[in-house]
Amino acid sequence: MHLTPTDLLIIASYVVFVLGIGVLLKERVAHSSDFFLAGRSIPAWVAGLAFLSANLGAQEMIGMAASGAKYGMLTSHFYWVGAIPAMVFVGIFMMPFYYGSRARSVPEYLKLRFDEKTRAFNALTFATMTVFSSGISMYAMGALLRLLLGWNIHASIVVSAVVVLGYIALGGLRSAIYNEVVQFFLIVFGFVPLVWLGLRDIGGWSGLASRVPDTYLRSWQYIGSAQANPMGIEWFGMVMGLGFVLSFGYWCTDFLVVQRAMAADSMNAARRTPLIAAVPKMLFPFIVILPGILALGLTLQPNPGAAPILQQNPGGGYDYNMALPMMIGRYYPSGLLGLGITALLASFMSGMAGNVTAFNTVWTYDIYQSYLVPRATDAHYLWVGRATTVVGVAISVATAYVAMRFNNIMDMLQLVFSFVNAPLFATFLLGMFWRRTTGHGAFSGLIAGTLAAALHYEVTAVAAASSLVGKVAVLHTYPSDMAQNFWGAIWAWTSCFIVTIAVSVITRPRPSGELAGLVYSLTPRIADDRLVWYKRPAALGLVVSVLTVALNLLFW
Amino acid sequence: MTDLRLPLGLLLSFYGVILIATGAIQGTRVLGINVNLWWGFVLLLVGAAMLYLARRARSL
Repeated sequence: MHLTPTDLLIIASYVVFVLGIGVLLKERVAHSSDFFLAGRSIPAWVAGLAFLSANLGAQEMIGMAASGAKYGMLTSHFYWVGAIPAMVFVGIFMMPFYYGSRARSVPEYLKLRFDEKTRAFNALTFATMTVFSSGISMYAMGALLRLLLGWNIHASIVVSAVVVLGYIALGGLRSAIYNEVVQFFLIVFGFVPLVWLGLRDIGGWSGLASRVPDTYLRSWQYIGSAQANPMGIEWFGMVMGLGFVLSFGYWCTDFLVVQRAMAADSMNAARRTPLIAAVPKMLFPFIVILPGILALGLTLQPNPGAAPILQQNPGGGYDYNMALPMMIGRYYPSGLLGLGITALLASFMSGMAGNVTAFNTVWTYDIYQSYLVPRATDAHYLWVGRATTVVGVAISVATAYVAMRFNNIMDMLQLVFSFVNAPLFATFLLGMFWRRTTGHGAFSGLIAGTLAAALHYEVTAVAAASSLVGKVAVLHTYPSDMAQNFWGAIWAWTSCFIVTIAVSVITRPRPSGELAGLVYSLTPRIADDRLVWYKRPAALGLVVSVLTVALNLLFW
Repeated sequence: MTDLRLPLGLLLSFYGVILIATGAIQGTRVLGINVNLWWGFVLLLVGAAMLYLARRARSL
């Protein structure tokens, strides 16, 4: 791809703009709560779009388009099953405890509800995970820009790190959130023309349907058995593993997204944050998955005289990861190309900023203030927050370089993180809805769930794939790594659920008086039935659910 | 500066103007459409709507 001065102007003005937002918002940061929680003053629609945008990293965009080309509309399950139900649940049922408890982070909620060790376990694993994953995506982005535009990978990594560092260190979470909303609009406006032009080129939906197998255009029809669909997963593993365990574990407990809702200006706004995010989220398959399917269609049967979009890998199969970039290269003229590349950069920065803001909050409040230097002045913690932003970004850059040299280490780390994450939702579910749950129960459940995930990985294999580590014994072979991943999560969640209950029953519960505002049965219901319908979380959740069911039926 | 719609509206309108100018000057057509021109109008329209909303909120 070749960039003209117009494209460069568009990209450069974006960089200036995001830094400008940071500079303008600096004066609003007077206390640590301004820096870490945006002073709890963000309107619902802004928090909602940021909630969505923090999750829209570049790897998500590239990966979902790749998955669209590889698996077709089955990928929509990551949205309509693997996101929306959990977003509705967290908004209606869980936000009252997150926001109402005045916890400043998800680990701090665990401290209030359970005990110190449960918080420490969650805070440490989460903090490590966020800096590493932002480093990994930084490397992925640098590699992509080198491949597409011939940009120097070191320059890409350092410049993007400095930009993200700049606007967060200046304006804190508010700056990150404002920029995430801008990034949301850029992602939408940068990628929608791709669908418009791609569909026009292929001859509309009917043209697409005539060029790809029917399995690629259906979300449910071929999911009765793992052998009938390209993903190699059957409906139960998909609904329970992805739709319940992994999805609720991410959207309901990951501080990266929950932090956006905690920054909202009222309880009502906090509860509506994930529900507002759910509306664009359910439409995102059309701008991220559809370009991938279009790329496949134009590869299997190119138009007369046109080259296929996807290239063959030397080892067989197509280079699916290039689906989105190749589509941009094919259809975007100078001008729109600048906007498309800006959208990619924006998605990368929003993902990274989400990680960095979540990291500096957890580090400062849950580790530094809790264990290292308690009882310092607020100004001191504000300073630590800014310093942590610098350190966090520096560790991310270092991680990017490790990822560049040793890909295996990073894959290992991500595998270990997936073990830690899998059982989390069981702990929160029991903690919020069963008052008898104890701190010892929660902690041993988390450990048991993590071990169960690791054990499951050690005794199962994936057909026709090499493993990262040696196996103890192979008791079961899954048709795809996705199936292994989903089923591992189901085992981890169930182990955590059972062990938490068992240990809770034999340990001493906390007195009810201490749990008001933290547990469902001891928290007064929120009366919102006098508000107009679109300000009532339950009504909004119902609308979102009905629309999601309709989309599933439409692409059944 | 609290209202996000103001800077957001400015950025989108700015991009709209750049794309309209590029489309008008170069006139590159993709699949028979001058995409820069048309998409530039869309961006400008959305950007202007944001600016209008921000201004209305301020004068209330």
